[in-house]
Amino acid sequence: MIWQQFANGLAIGSVYALIALGLTMVYGVLRILHIAHAGVYALGAYVGLLVFRLVPNFWFSLVLAMVVCSLAGVIVQRYLYMPLLALPRIVPLIASIGLFISMEEIFRLIAGPYIISYPADPGLGSIQWGVVRITSNQLLVFMVTLALLAILWFIMRRTKLGLAMQATSQDLEIASVMGINTGGIVATNFLMGSALAGAAGVLVGVYFNSVYPTMGSIPAYKALAIIVLGGLGSIPGTVLGGLLIGLGETMVLGLTDIPFPRDALAFIIMIPILMFRPYGLLGKE
Amino acid sequence: MLGGYTITVSITIGIYIILAISLNIITGYAGQISLGHAAFWGIGAYCSALLATRFGVPFWIGLPMTIAITAMIGSLLAIPCLRVREDFLAITTIGINFVVQAVFLYVPFFGGAMGIGGIVSPFSTSSFFWATLIFVLLCIALDRWLVRSWMGLALESLREDETAAAISGVDVVKFKVAAFAIGSGLAGLAGHLYAHFMTFISADDFGFPQSIVILSMIVFGGIGTLRGAILGAVILGVAPEIFRPVLDYRTLIYGGLLIFMMRFQPGGILGDQSLLPRIFRVVRQRGLAPVKSGG
Repeated sequence: MIWQQFANGLAIGSVYALIALGLTMVYGVLRILHIAHAGVYALGAYVGLLVFRLVPNFWFSLVLAMVVCSLAGVIVQRYLYMPLLALPRIVPLIASIGLFISMEEIFRLIAGPYIISYPADPGLGSIQWGVVRITSNQLLVFMVTLALLAILWFIMRRTKLGLAMQATSQDLEIASVMGINTGGIVATNFLMGSALAGAAGVLVGVYFNSVYPTMGSIPAYKALAIIVLGGLGSIPGTVLGGLLIGLGETMVLGLTDIPFPRDALAFIIMIPILMFRPYGLLGKE
Repeated sequence: MLGGYTITVSITIGIYIILAISLNIITGYAGQISLGHAAFWGIGAYCSALLATRFGVPFWIGLPMTIAITAMIGSLLAIPCLRVREDFLAITTIGINFVVQAVFLYVPFFGGAMGIGGIVSPFSTSSFFWATLIFVLLCIALDRWLVRSWMGLALESLREDETAAAISGVDVVKFKVAAFAIGSGLAGLAGHLYAHFMTFISADDFGFPQSIVILSMIVFGGIGTLRGAILGAVILGVAPEIFRPVLDYRTLIYGGLLIFMMRFQPGGILGDQSLLPRIFRVVRQRGLAPVKSGG
């Protein structure tokens, strides 16, 4: 029972980590709380679903959703955030909230307010491990998340682009002085972060077999709790935070009888940790 | 004199104005971004509703009690907020909003999912309107007094540069807690009015989306200015009524308006650096300057 819940929690946690990663990458370079990131995530689910209806191949829909989302991310960065960077922090925050609200409404107006199913079967089969059963969908979430994390790790640690991205997130001005094209790096952060959000949207859509306009509302703030927990801007911290919250939620609600809303739990975990570590688990001052 | 519908909308806007003024003290004057202001509003409303229904406390005695209790809880909740800054603070306040709402929803003492009903309003609707108007005016007076006082200066120094303020001898902790206490006390007043006006409250009324609406009001009108807070509350309070014919697009218009404002008038309609006040200042200066003839 415990191990089954562990597997379920790990699947949810992986998706949380994917969503929050994009958010933390954006925060790392621009110091913006990109609430509309959750809108990009829902966009990914809708694009994936649309493509899947036209061409019933899961992997094709996943890739195309990631491409469309990364473009959307770059457009948001270029035309919404860039002109607002010099202004007080509350300005891009409110603009981002406005964009998120608008995106949800556009999804609702175009696709309708109902839950649409996303019956993709990547054909992985399930694994029975004693009493623990890892379903085909869970396997899919694990595989895609691991693959994306590996790619991200490779880019960040083994390429010049990754080095430039790290330098830019440490100090944008100095990086720029050192000859790094920081404008391009910021755009790359949005591109990669939004692609991750799009992948997360497709994975959640398939995992729960449902896509709906407000599917981003809960991740919008839960991802904030996760990136804060991990230390804003820290990539390993964010993965840790995502897994922690996913596991925590599933374990507490699956194994105990405490009547508590699943979605407030992230904050109940977050607030006491912040009291002792005001810059998050793996954050630096 | 006024129709029932107009009065109802006006009372709602009055409550929004009090909320906007109260958040403006925390976020506009003291510069502490709060994305969880509806939590304090909710604490006020629940406190008021419990006093009225469980203990039979009358309106005018419940009023100071609610304000005092909400201000106290507000300053207690400010303690975790003192540990964190800027973006960490913004997210901590979101967290407070969700936790407070969850407590209302899941602790049976607060009525759970059923909320609290059966609150008796002491006034007729039109007297309620006049009472709300008086409370709004009192809040405006308090706000003016606060800005002119030494405390107003201290809060402003916190907003501009916390470290510099601390070095200059401003007791940062004291003034932050004071800003949260005053802001949440006024939110408690709004909650008291809301509970007695609606006569029924539930946890859903005080969620995170409501906090965003209140924050949008002050940003929209012009953050850090009283006129902006009032105008923002009036515009965003009236907007749902005006856009009722295009019900399906109402939220989209609201979201689009936020983006548009931030992109082109980030200081809000009446912010100090915005277009309208600048035009107004120029016109006033021209008007006052001695007119040169023949030049």
